Amino acid sequence: MTATANLPARILVIEDELPIRRFLRIVLSSGGFDVVEADRGRLGIELAATNAPDAVVLDLGLPDMDGKAVISAIREWSRVPILVLSVRNSEAEKIAALDLGADDFVTKPFATGELLARLRALLRNRLDRTAEPVEINAGGLQVNFAKRGISVDGLEVKLTRKEFDVLALLARHVGRLVSHRQLLSAVWGPAHLNDTHYLRIAVGHIRDKIGDDAADPKFILTEPGVGYRLSENG
Amino acid sequence: MDAARSEHREVNRRGRLKIFLGASPGVGKTYAMLEEAAVRKRAGVDVVVALVETHGRAETANLLASLEQLARSEIDYRGQKLHEMDIDAILARKPELALIDEFAHTNAPGSRHTKRWQDVMEVLDAGIDVTTTLNIQHIESLNDVVARITGVRVQETIPDEALNKADEIELIDLPPEELINRLREGKIYIPGQAGRALENFFTKGNLTALRELAMRTAAGRVDAEMLSWMKTNAVQGPWPTQERLLVCINEAPVAKALVRTGKRMAERAKIPWLVATVVTPRHEALGVDARALTTDAMRLAGTLGAETSTLHAESNAANELLNFARSRNVTRIVVGRPRSHGDWWQWLLGFFREPFSNRVMDGATDFEVTVVTPNASRERRKIDRSTNATPVAWRSSGLVALESAFAAAITTAMAWPFWSILPVASIAIFYLVSVLIVAFRHGIYGALIASLAGFLAYNFFFTTPYYSFQVEQHESIVALIVFVVSAIFTGSLASRLKAQVESMRASQRRTETLYDFARKIAAATKPDDVLWAGAYHIAATLECSSLILMPDPTGALEQVQGHPAIDELDPRAESAARWAFDNNVPAGAGTATLPMSDWLFVPLSTARAPLGVIGVKFRDTARTLDPETRRLLLAVEDQVAVAIERMRFGDQLADSRVTAESDRLRAALLNSISHDLRTPLVSVIGATSALADDNDLSASDRQELIMTAHDEARRLDRYVQNLLDMTRLGHGVLKPKNTAVDLREIIGRVRADLSRTLSDHAVVVSISRDLPLLDVDPVLIGQALANLLENAAKYAPKDTIISIHAIKQGNKAIVKVDDEGPGIPRDEREKVFDMFHRVSKGDAQPAGTGLGLAIVRGLIDAHGGTVNVGEPSGGNGTSIIMTLPLITSSVDLEDVR
Repeated sequence: MTATANLPARILVIEDELPIRRFLRIVLSSGGFDVVEADRGRLGIELAATNAPDAVVLDLGLPDMDGKAVISAIREWSRVPILVLSVRNSEAEKIAALDLGADDFVTKPFATGELLARLRALLRNRLDRTAEPVEINAGGLQVNFAKRGISVDGLEVKLTRKEFDVLALLARHVGRLVSHRQLLSAVWGPAHLNDTHYLRIAVGHIRDKIGDDAADPKFILTEPGVGYRLSENG
Repeated sequence: MDAARSEHREVNRRGRLKIFLGASPGVGKTYAMLEEAAVRKRAGVDVVVALVETHGRAETANLLASLEQLARSEIDYRGQKLHEMDIDAILARKPELALIDEFAHTNAPGSRHTKRWQDVMEVLDAGIDVTTTLNIQHIESLNDVVARITGVRVQETIPDEALNKADEIELIDLPPEELINRLREGKIYIPGQAGRALENFFTKGNLTALRELAMRTAAGRVDAEMLSWMKTNAVQGPWPTQERLLVCINEAPVAKALVRTGKRMAERAKIPWLVATVVTPRHEALGVDARALTTDAMRLAGTLGAETSTLHAESNAANELLNFARSRNVTRIVVGRPRSHGDWWQWLLGFFREPFSNRVMDGATDFEVTVVTPNASRERRKIDRSTNATPVAWRSSGLVALESAFAAAITTAMAWPFWSILPVASIAIFYLVSVLIVAFRHGIYGALIASLAGFLAYNFFFTTPYYSFQVEQHESIVALIVFVVSAIFTGSLASRLKAQVESMRASQRRTETLYDFARKIAAATKPDDVLWAGAYHIAATLECSSLILMPDPTGALEQVQGHPAIDELDPRAESAARWAFDNNVPAGAGTATLPMSDWLFVPLSTARAPLGVIGVKFRDTARTLDPETRRLLLAVEDQVAVAIERMRFGDQLADSRVTAESDRLRAALLNSISHDLRTPLVSVIGATSALADDNDLSASDRQELIMTAHDEARRLDRYVQNLLDMTRLGHGVLKPKNTAVDLREIIGRVRADLSRTLSDHAVVVSISRDLPLLDVDPVLIGQALANLLENAAKYAPKDTIISIHAIKQGNKAIVKVDDEGPGIPRDEREKVFDMFHRVSKGDAQPAGTGLGLAIVRGLIDAHGGTVNVGEPSGGNGTSIIMTLPLITSSVDLEDVR
């Protein structure tokens, strides 16, 4: 709340492994962030309350408590973006973390570029929280929310209502993960939370229309079993 | 202190048996036994009195009071409470020495063993020493002798084999005069019932003879002990050559007496002895009772320590016997004297068949043959009573008479039209035919009754004067005699033929079922099948109910097969089964252990371990004793046990193969970890340490070192991921969470993840438009695809094409991954999916884990798909072909829009 665009964003890192914490501190500091560290879940929750971080980087495997419990604790009072560090092949855990209110995840081991990009995407809303953009341009894909219009490299593309809703939701969170449940709930309604095939078919049609190859995607990236992400730069 | 001492004892040691032997009751055996026990107790031995009868003698009771006594068990028999030795109490108490009086005692019906000596054997087996008492007349082989001396036959006997088990025999001797004095003073207990008989027993002559017998027995033991000592200590000496004595018995009532005689002869000559009986078709045609005589005698022979054999012969029993004798190195043969008395028809038959003993003697030119006439009248009387008492015999002879009369009537009716045409003598031929028919159906008795009926009818209707039984013409008398003789002769022949046919039929049945059994067992692949075949075969061949019991995991015996299956065994049968299993000895009906049970149980065991027990229950209880039956049972038991053993061996072999395989894998895994885990670490440590030192490295060098460390670390990560996946696959933890998923999305994600790895190759994806969504776990299939693409990138040269191709085929998606690398030799194409298998290329091969393709197969198997190496489309390179399931439900597209 106190943070403004002029000040460096403050990142709370909750991670018990010292080497990873150390390397995150170096990377984040050099990326222009202010870093606060916690090696335990409880301390992390405390620091989240007292230090008012702009984003939290949270390791799910903590010695004193489950990382997911940290998410629920923080979400009781704060909407601060949470980026989860998780291991591969644990889709169930990722989904559970997202359902509890985490905003995105990075799979360990990760490249620092990826981590910084995710953090920036999460922090973007902080910068212009008040004004919802009228239009978004992501690497040639233009989404105009007001006109409900889509164009790729200036050429207009016709989408059905639901297809537009899906793409618009992805565009509003450009660069950020949007889970299947978020999409299904927002577009088809809470009754269809498990009808992921609707989503896949809709995304398939969108890709066809905007000329995106699922096998080598430029715009809509797949997070298998979890959700989709609209690429920031195509 | 007791516990400490018993721990000293070896667990498997058999207890020592000491017998106080006396010539008659009253010599002081029990007293001597107690005295010795008191001495040993003072010496610190843990002594317990399991059972001692004081017979009201104060001096005995005094001695007894100083010793620990066990309570007796109570047995409820027909409302009467009987007290017997509590064998389980002894086994539980486990003393060092147990005193058990009256070795030859017969237990109350319903006890575990029929005889106390068997209880003693069990106690000895438990490692407990036993001292006991015995009178000379109770020894089985001396039974006849004692009966001859005293005129009293003792019913309670112990087999000689039990006596031979004694480690020590102490003769308690008392001169006859003194014994008679003690009797007069009332110091000798005489059981109420037998009082009168026993008074006659205690005459000086009797006692002297018995005393001599007892001394001889004890002395014989000394001889035998000396002999075995000399043998074990390798003392040179004139050892008797391996001669053997053979006792031949048949269904004659003297069989048992013959056996006892044989035993004495063998003992005197100190040579092993055998008892054999020859079963001929004629023998098999005999009734159960007659056969039981032989059976009993064979059992007696067994308990007296003889080796018993049942031989089979079609007709020439003597020949068979002599051949057997020669094959067994027999030097002396004992046969019984033929009966000089007997039924008149048997005397008649004597004309046609030479007595067995004569035939043996004729052929036995190389043997010493002893023909004995044992005194067996007493036994015969007993047996005759039981034979005559069978109502079946009466019923069947009534039937034969009826049939003979019927046959005579029919023959008369048939012959009637011819009597005016044919001479009278020819008419007799008709009757001969009827006699033959009856003879064939009912044997020699039938022949005799039928010829009598035929003779009467013939005489009545066809000889003058007609319609009277008078005989007038001499010619007719001659005809009649000829008729009777030829009727008997042909009848005898016919009956023998019938017996032969029946015996052949029986043996054919046996052979057929045995063959059938062997075939079933050979074809069986599961122990259950073998057990079923065994139970069925026993039931079918022996005409009985059969059961197979085996221990369940808790050790309790449970019914695994039954023919017919029964709900529950009664407690008697159950304890017999348990005993047979625990002691590896037959128990139940017809044995000495728990004979009150309806079932006979024989252990089913191999040389290595007991497997279970086979139980049989005959409708006809006499059958259990039949040695032929036992032999068949044992043959089946043996085959079943061997078959099961064979299967268990087979299983173990398979197990050991699996073990060897997993050993190989473990070795490969260790090798892989030490090599594949370390190599990247070496690069990472080397590169980073160089960077840390920073000795004027050029910017490009630094960049190269950094990239090396980075790439190697990535490789390490992939390797760890592979190991993790493999472990999860191996533990079945990787359960695919299938969803409807577009193959393109999976490929897109994998390409993004592998962008660096795939940067040197062009990836071409062609997926047919009509390919529906897959029904797979996108993450796991992504992993499989990633492994395939990594492999392709690793082995195919730079700037070549890796293509992914997918089409719909039926309800499956066919996905092909092709590269332009060196390919996989045809004979390696299946092996590449094995763990740690690598196509050998020497050291030049790019580093790999040997796990990639194994994981691919594991992942795809988990989806119910397949993966194989196919024929490369371009002629070279590698082509991996997968099939993956497609979703079946159609989607309502309207909802999507």
